[in-house]
Amino acid sequence: MLSKRVIACLDVRDGKLAKSVKFVDTKDIGDPVAKAREYYEDGLDELVFYDITASSDKRNIMLDVVEAVADEVFIPLSVGGGVRSVADATDLRLAGAEKINVNSAAVARPELIDECAEAIGNQNVVLSMDIQRVEVNSEQPSGYEIVINGGRTATGKDALAWAIEGERRGAGELVINSIDADGTKDGYEIALTAMIAEAVRVPIIASGGAGVPEHLHEALTQGGADAALVASMVHYGDYKVSELKQYLHDEGLKIRIC
Amino acid sequence: MTLILDYEAGNLASVRRACAHVGLQAEYCADPDQLRQAERIIFPGVGAAGSAMRSLKQRGLDEALREVIQSGTPVLGICLGMQVSLTHSEENDTPTLNVIPGQVRRFAFDRKGLKIPHMGWNEVRVLQAHPVLAGIEPGDEFYFVHSYFPQPASRDAVLAVTDYEDEFACAVGKDNYIGTQFHPEKSAQVGLRLLANFAAWDGQC
Repeated sequence: MLSKRVIACLDVRDGKLAKSVKFVDTKDIGDPVAKAREYYEDGLDELVFYDITASSDKRNIMLDVVEAVADEVFIPLSVGGGVRSVADATDLRLAGAEKINVNSAAVARPELIDECAEAIGNQNVVLSMDIQRVEVNSEQPSGYEIVINGGRTATGKDALAWAIEGERRGAGELVINSIDADGTKDGYEIALTAMIAEAVRVPIIASGGAGVPEHLHEALTQGGADAALVASMVHYGDYKVSELKQYLHDEGLKIRIC
Repeated sequence: MTLILDYEAGNLASVRRACAHVGLQAEYCADPDQLRQAERIIFPGVGAAGSAMRSLKQRGLDEALREVIQSGTPVLGICLGMQVSLTHSEENDTPTLNVIPGQVRRFAFDRKGLKIPHMGWNEVRVLQAHPVLAGIEPGDEFYFVHSYFPQPASRDAVLAVTDYEDEFACAVGKDNYIGTQFHPEKSAQVGLRLLANFAAWDGQC
């Protein structure tokens, strides 16, 4: 039986680690390579780097970070942020990334998902979705809307419909990131996660809002998620990765314990 | 010299990096004559069975591989690199190398709740002691990403198993050849241990 995964997400800006709260006012909190190694040695299942570098001339710094991490961290490595083309995806793969996350650029041009899936395989294409709660209406019948540009721009796209389209176009995994919950530490948005998990066959990663180990348990049970993504709860030392995994294991979930 | 078979200009850096981490310096190789000189060979998987076999044949690597396996060179196949060692793959209905007699089958789609591909960490149970699998303890998990799995004709070729849809062979072997469905290069400490074992293996069981 497959284990449920605990994934840590590191936001990287200009080669340095940052953690966003509700996507605004990011602040640097350290060296991404050292942090990645620390989590790896503590039993992390998978690592995601999200490049939030604003200026495009500093983009290559990210490739250096990915290479440095891939030299010493031997678990799947996923990278996203600013992936606009198959060429971007291929550069990151050659630097050592296993999986590529697409987000805003796929909303603008959905064929990006098909192209990446064709070039690097469905299983390596992750569709990352930033989602906000809205009133149920004819355009957003699920009551959830896709937002882009780090949560600043609403798109009018229904979140559930986009998840289904993403899977059909070849995304091998979906990240369900609730921007309402992000940074709150009040827990993942379980209803949203469960709704999408029931509608697709690809693995679901719950993201945004984790504050205590119980939140991960909720996402992996009621939420129907295959993996839970954590950020600030481990970045600031409130919890260790091994502690979270031990808790989930003790609660009866299938978890890899090293 | 240890060679990593690079038959489709694929992304093999993670295999090379993990080897380097355990002290095994490996070079990429796409040339059949060079392959025949190798001390040991790692055969990773890239793409699908049909295109992989076409690339191998175009470069004459299929014959060279059969020869080196016949001659006793230690060979490690990973994922698709392992799958093409069987006789036939359901993926693109492809005749493969027939080092290990048997079939490669696709997981069934229709069972409720079963996600394809089988992606993530899963337990590997060793059925037959093998030098390359030494040190794998009950409960140890490895990283998998695949939709097809090997089904050797003989149970003797099944070295280890994993449960997903049903129990399937996750490590197969015969003499100096061993192949894994999981990715040792992405399987943290236990994966590195396996690569270190392979680096020290003389091809004898």
